[in-house]
Amino acid sequence: MIAESTAVLIRLLCGAQTRWVGAEPLFRRRVYFCNHTSNLDTVVLWAALPPALRRLTRPVAAADYWKRNAFRRYLADKVFHALLIERHKVTTQNNPVNAMLAALDEGASLILFPEGTRHPGPEPRPFKSGLFHLARKRPDTEFFPVYLDNLNRVLPKGELLPVPLLANVAIGAPLRLEPDEDKAAFLERARLAVWALHQP
Amino acid sequence: MNLYFDTQIVWLFAGVVALLGLAAVVSTILARRPGGPEHAALVENLRARLRSWWIMVAIIFLTIVAGEIFTVILFAIVSFLALREFITMTPTHRGDHRALFWTFFIITPLHYWYVGTHWFGMFAIFIPVYAFLFIPLRSALAGESERYLERTAKIQWGLMVCVYCLSHVPALLMLPIEGYEGENAKLLLFLVLVVQLSDVLQYVFGKTLGRRPIAPRISPNKTWEGFIGGVLTASLLGACLWKITPYTPWQTFGLALLIALMGFAGGLVMSAIKRDRGIKDYGVLLPGHGGMMDRIDSLCFAAPIFFHITRYYFT
Repeated sequence: MIAESTAVLIRLLCGAQTRWVGAEPLFRRRVYFCNHTSNLDTVVLWAALPPALRRLTRPVAAADYWKRNAFRRYLADKVFHALLIERHKVTTQNNPVNAMLAALDEGASLILFPEGTRHPGPEPRPFKSGLFHLARKRPDTEFFPVYLDNLNRVLPKGELLPVPLLANVAIGAPLRLEPDEDKAAFLERARLAVWALHQP
Repeated sequence: MNLYFDTQIVWLFAGVVALLGLAAVVSTILARRPGGPEHAALVENLRARLRSWWIMVAIIFLTIVAGEIFTVILFAIVSFLALREFITMTPTHRGDHRALFWTFFIITPLHYWYVGTHWFGMFAIFIPVYAFLFIPLRSALAGESERYLERTAKIQWGLMVCVYCLSHVPALLMLPIEGYEGENAKLLLFLVLVVQLSDVLQYVFGKTLGRRPIAPRISPNKTWEGFIGGVLTASLLGACLWKITPYTPWQTFGLALLIALMGFAGGLVMSAIKRDRGIKDYGVLLPGHGGMMDRIDSLCFAAPIFFHITRYYFT
């Protein structure tokens, strides 16, 4: 109930339009990976998914950001059902990839920002390797590129108050790891798949 | 809450509903006719437009009946949505963020507050003077000089068209016209009706008789035949409404003609902006029509001129 009304509110604020380009909203275990320019990215993509899919989908988010106060902890846990991962002091116990694999095995879909942090500018920066490890260890999972457009104008890095511009969410055709594809090639192919969804 | 009602308004809406009903019948007949995919797409667009029209007419009727405050709030919302479409398609810079925040959340509501409280002096100069000086200042304070003049000019132009010009529609409610007190809502309906009729008739004449485009590089669908047929028919239909206005029949015709001409100008200018940005529609808010800005472009140009002529000669 709270989650549904939050999603409606977010869609109203950002006027988010979702284009499924070569993909369909189906019930399968999936990983959505997107460019990251704004704090709104996670919630906007989460809100843009159809409600039934949204309930299965967990945004992967930084523990240091979402655990900072009680309100954020509440949102992350109860509303977005986020999978919080450690960005800085990574050990074998709290390895983000293991947490993501566990969530996938429980049947969840994931939203991932492989750039690791927010970057301004339209073109995504090189991806971190987590995406590759997921693809290698769970080869049956489909990986969907997502391009989020205009959100860095709605709420740029370093700003507190949003401006109500219209955002675009484009979801592309899924990728899988090719048999002899190495890490660098896969990550670059994934990055280009996100960038290809950009409309100038 | 005081409901605003009189027999003329009821008749006006009955007439509009009858027109929409007629259009629904025509579109059904067109749909039955065999034709290629182009014909099917045209009919589908026509029906989508009609569905949006029913909703828009219902919203306008309800707000007019609910009273002035609701009418002002409705147009404030329309301005907000139009400005959002306009700024979305305008490339603004990171340094404009704070200026845009002011534009959306402070300048726009404050301007409509002046409309609602009938503060004519501030209504007339708040945006062209105060806002137009403040926005460049706020952007300059952000310290980003790249394409500075272009960026501020675009924000100012968006504010001018989407907020300042459009707000002249509800501002008609503040005009004290002798012998017409308390009836200004009908003036608003007259303006909106003539503008929209002219748009629709230009479209119909253009689709059926259109041969010679007026400005093919800007809008290939605007033809001389559509323009002349639409503007004249809308002006004549407007003149028939003289009883609901404070004007004589000839004055009504002249004003309807002016409204239709300004409406055409608005449509052409906003098309040129879309062409410049390489887009077809401003948005997807109104199925069949495009975005909010695609529907109100002609109103934005007609409203301020109609307002000032009425204020100058009739109050």
